[in-house]
Amino acid sequence: MDDNSVHELALRMGDNCLILGQGLSAWCGHAPALEEDIALANIALDLIGQTKHWLGLAADLSSEKKTADDLAFLRDVREFKNCLLVEQSNGDYGNTLMRQFLFDAWHYPVLEALVKSSDKRIADIAEKSIKEVTYHLERSTDLVIRLGDGSAESNKRMQGALNRLWRYTGELTEPDSIDDALADSGIAPDLGEIRKKHTQYLAAALREAMLTIPDGEQMQSGGKRGLHTEGFGYLLGEMQVLQRSNPGAKW
Amino acid sequence: MYAQEVKSTGKGVKSLDEMDPQERAFQERIDADIKIEPKEWMPDGYRKTLIRQISQHAHSEIVGQLPEGNWITRAPTLDRKAILLAKVQDEAGHGLYLYCAAETLGVSRDQMTEDLLSGKAKYSSIFNYPTLTWADIGAIGWLVDGAAIMNQVPIQRCSFGPYSRAMIRVCKEESFHQRQGYDIMIKLANGTNAQKEMAQDALNRWWHPSLMMFGPPDDQSVHSAQSMAWKIKMNTNDELRQKFVDETVPQAEYLGLTVPDPDLKWNEERGHYDFGELDWNEFYEVIKGNGPCNRERLEARQRAWTDGAWFREGLVAHAEKRASRVAAE
Amino acid sequence: MSSEWPLWEIFIRGQHGLSHRHVGSLHAPDAEMAINNARDVYTRRAEGVSIWAVKASDVVASAPGEKGPLFDPANSKVYRHPTFFDIPKEVGKM
Repeated sequence: MDDNSVHELALRMGDNCLILGQGLSAWCGHAPALEEDIALANIALDLIGQTKHWLGLAADLSSEKKTADDLAFLRDVREFKNCLLVEQSNGDYGNTLMRQFLFDAWHYPVLEALVKSSDKRIADIAEKSIKEVTYHLERSTDLVIRLGDGSAESNKRMQGALNRLWRYTGELTEPDSIDDALADSGIAPDLGEIRKKHTQYLAAALREAMLTIPDGEQMQSGGKRGLHTEGFGYLLGEMQVLQRSNPGAKW
Repeated sequence: MYAQEVKSTGKGVKSLDEMDPQERAFQERIDADIKIEPKEWMPDGYRKTLIRQISQHAHSEIVGQLPEGNWITRAPTLDRKAILLAKVQDEAGHGLYLYCAAETLGVSRDQMTEDLLSGKAKYSSIFNYPTLTWADIGAIGWLVDGAAIMNQVPIQRCSFGPYSRAMIRVCKEESFHQRQGYDIMIKLANGTNAQKEMAQDALNRWWHPSLMMFGPPDDQSVHSAQSMAWKIKMNTNDELRQKFVDETVPQAEYLGLTVPDPDLKWNEERGHYDFGELDWNEFYEVIKGNGPCNRERLEARQRAWTDGAWFREGLVAHAEKRASRVAAE
Repeated sequence: MSSEWPLWEIFIRGQHGLSHRHVGSLHAPDAEMAINNARDVYTRRAEGVSIWAVKASDVVASAPGEKGPLFDPANSKVYRHPTFFDIPKEVGKM
């Protein structure tokens, strides 16, 4: 197995954490309750921490001398490998929670498998992350169920969020040739297996939440190939502004 | 400070002899450094002043999230992003501890929130200034948190138990806040020319507002005497301001930055720095709501509250459903 | 609509073997969320291994006025404290 595929896996995992963490961190100071503000910031902090591990590994494996920060702050849209789901704008708080739930329900079984990766570097990072993500999933599931099965208004908002975001869930378990190679060598799981778990988990939780999975949605994909949605350039523009406008400066 | 304009409701400080037996017993306990707990008898003025002071302090933490929160998504490295996020999150936590302390006095958090959003309650003037560059994040941590800590450390010893305990927790957690700010300043002061300019510019803009955080000069601070007798204010405004200047000027020198005050001079005789007059008109204008960002700050908090109503109500609706399901079983 | 979440008192066991200690309060719609919120609010620095949440309105407290009658009698039972008894040195550690 060549390190190129491992490098790619680390980028994909790291970019997912980074972009989702970036979105969540924008809520700090604006969430609907103080307790919630603090809880969401914890998740953002976990994800930024995981980003450092994944992008750190990707940087180690890159041919040029790079750091995790170089990868986060100096790549352009087409070089980012995160899934489309995590780059969707925060929207209202329900949208943010639904995005988190759909992602966590994928993130958890993936890490669960990566803990057993044949590549020790990958297994180590997964091991560090899985405790945190176990809690992320518990929490986002709990909130989706509570709000789905809450007031008429909260149900309506959560259903709206699910309708909006559902089309970005297919891509999460859609394998490309790199995924296949990683699965063959026991470095990463077979995404078909993850798909089963993801689908089952979502179906059960959404049923309990009194929410309906939209019918016949055309799934969108492209993140792994660097084909992103339009808003993504703005997200990077904001995130990278200081590094871009002060080349070579230390912070 | 974080509670700069607390109107005390006491009518001048009474001597022990002028007090009725109950109030006298209360004051004697305070004089003996015995903590007052929520369910004990206390003068009405003590209760009302404390509610104002603690809630102002809490509001300041909450509104204080906004100027720095403004830079979390633009922090220049992953570490800086995590550190800033953790710090601003701490401020939400500190607001929460303080609201809870105020709640023990019989006011609800929702009531305090309504008072903030309607503009009735005040918060620290400092958070009505804009954060324009990354250096402002350094300057806020260094100067604003530095000033806050200077005020909060003595309040750990204040007479009201819940406030004192909240302050102990806050001070313990805040110990890294000022350092992270100064650390940002060190990096900038040793960086590129553009970074150095950024650092000096931030100091120029935040110096005077930081000094005003300690509140009006002692001779204009009419409510201090009663609060000090009650031990809910431990030092005078001018005392703390002087202490802050004395500690901070050498820190600015270490950075190679110039404190923007032509009158600043070491006074050998006093053993303190002399410094120039502050523009108290500006201070009162900002307190009244006419600072550069008052409107934006309140609007942001109003939006969070209004837009979040469905979320809070939805969760209550679910909790009620769940409780009635359990009851039916 | 009045939808203020009830207030909960939070107790945390900091280390294995120690007792739970009151750390503060918070608001939450029900007990389960109070525990979750407590984890986020009060253990941000890995301070705890176990959390209790008690609805603030369910806490029964002694009135401060009763402080004398409730706690003073114990002061007179000095024999409850080991230092009350003088054990001859020769007996050794007890």
